[in-house]
Amino acid sequence: MPEIFQFDFMIRALIGGSMVAILAPAFGLFIVLRRLSLIADTLSHVALMGVAIGFVTSIYPTFVALIATTLSAAGIEQLRARGRLPGDAALAVFLYSSLAIAVIVISKSTGFNADLFGYLFGTVLSINDRDLWLIGILLVIVVVFVAAFYAELTQSAFDPDLAHVAGVRVNATNLALAILTGATVTASMRVVGVLMVGALIVIPVLAALRLARDFRAALILSIGFGLLSVWVGLIVSFYADLAAGGAIVMTTVAILALAEITGHLRDRLATRRGFATGVSTKTSGDKDSVSTVETGQGASPE
Amino acid sequence: MTALAGEVQAGLWPDEPDTDAERPTVCEFTETWYSYGGGEPAVENVSFRVRRGDFAAVLGPNGSGKTTLLRLALGLLKPSRGSVELFGEPSSRFRDWSRVGYVPQRVEGLGIHFPATVEEIVEQGLYSGFDPLAIFRRHGRKAVLEALELAGIAHLRTRPIESLSVGQRQRALIARAIAGRPELLFLDEPVSGVDAAGRDRFHELISSLNREQGMTVFLISHDIGAVMQGATVCACINRTIVFHGPPHRITGEHLAELYGFPVDVLVHDALHEHR
Repeated sequence: MPEIFQFDFMIRALIGGSMVAILAPAFGLFIVLRRLSLIADTLSHVALMGVAIGFVTSIYPTFVALIATTLSAAGIEQLRARGRLPGDAALAVFLYSSLAIAVIVISKSTGFNADLFGYLFGTVLSINDRDLWLIGILLVIVVVFVAAFYAELTQSAFDPDLAHVAGVRVNATNLALAILTGATVTASMRVVGVLMVGALIVIPVLAALRLARDFRAALILSIGFGLLSVWVGLIVSFYADLAAGGAIVMTTVAILALAEITGHLRDRLATRRGFATGVSTKTSGDKDSVSTVETGQGASPE
Repeated sequence: MTALAGEVQAGLWPDEPDTDAERPTVCEFTETWYSYGGGEPAVENVSFRVRRGDFAAVLGPNGSGKTTLLRLALGLLKPSRGSVELFGEPSSRFRDWSRVGYVPQRVEGLGIHFPATVEEIVEQGLYSGFDPLAIFRRHGRKAVLEALELAGIAHLRTRPIESLSVGQRQRALIARAIAGRPELLFLDEPVSGVDAAGRDRFHELISSLNREQGMTVFLISHDIGAVMQGATVCACINRTIVFHGPPHRITGEHLAELYGFPVDVLVHDALHEHR
């Protein structure tokens, strides 16, 4: 058995990390497509506030963070849906006010600097059973939600107005999406830390979007890239003695770079092939050859 | 309100024969006003109706309130005053969306590598309420294939939607809108960004949906040519209704009022084509 599996904390880290690696990108796909990446960022600061309050009040910090992100997510979504504030302005209000509260709470109390550091930059190596249970429950909820509301989520992601006219209850979908984003952020926070939570939610998805041709493939690739990031990051951090959160996030970035390169090469190949078929079908019918040539150009937007 | 509605109705169709009264109204604006955030009204006292089988075209310059009108009809906005009804129900409370198709001018999700094939997008048009097993449903449903055939893009079925040209994307969105066989099809500037040849093919498609499939069409455009091909009834709007009636009765004066400068009407040839 390799050295890495001989430590209890590494096994727990791998289990917790893997669950988050499924949870964050599965949900992140819809967040990225709705261009709500900033929500994840905002809610991670709200989570930090929850953690700070949890420390001071001696309540399980992750639990307080979960409550705080859930309430904030609902609040942000209500403000946005009613058009009181533009989406990003509502986010800024929540981001800075929760950060301010966190700073005040932290400055008023002494003695948890080391723990706080862990929450900021990730504590995957000190994950305990309670954390694993919480992440596990969230994982089940999110997976069931994404699977059951797959049609509603994809419709809203494509276009909220079109979704409305198709009969989707867009506002309810958005609200659920926002609340579960809070849960996802809180769970992911344990692995990569508050400051890098957004990375695990967004970057594997960006890599998947570069390569996927249909929606189910994008979902599966996002999760696959998430798992790969966590595994490679944890193994590298173990053997090279690096911060686990940082190693995981750098792995997501490396995967994104590889996906971009692969996607670019594929586009170039497709363009060349597209032109070739465009010429060869020219004899078979006017309408078709026109569209084939068009598609050849369309395949490479760059 | 009923008395007013009667008055408006009488004024609406001065030249139309009685047969109109027999066809049910599918979409009706009654003295509708709308203003964004309490400012200048974007739509001012608009009254008109679309009856089943109509190809209704709403014509107006940019900023004339056309899109607002459409969003009101789709229940995406609530009128500040007056009413907007879809199939006899206030549009903001309307729920029977399988009767309505919509082709937007722009789609929010496109432009960021939206991961969907043309087929997946068209399938969205078949949505009929919560289905927890939707993620496991197979592709290639008959209604999707038929819609793709009708829109003339069956050969693009498995292509990523993002790889399509502007005109092809519009066709994909049409296929999406008609997949569920709606009774009423809304189109918002469907040919902006499409070349002239594509535009003609597109108008042929819409006309045939109207004539052969019996779909009621409600199209908005700033392009008078678009409105003249196949439309059976036309409303010119510049915040309020400037003209309402069959397209061949539009005069240069109406258009001058609409666009703020004299316009020669050179579209009579196109007019003879419509029924």
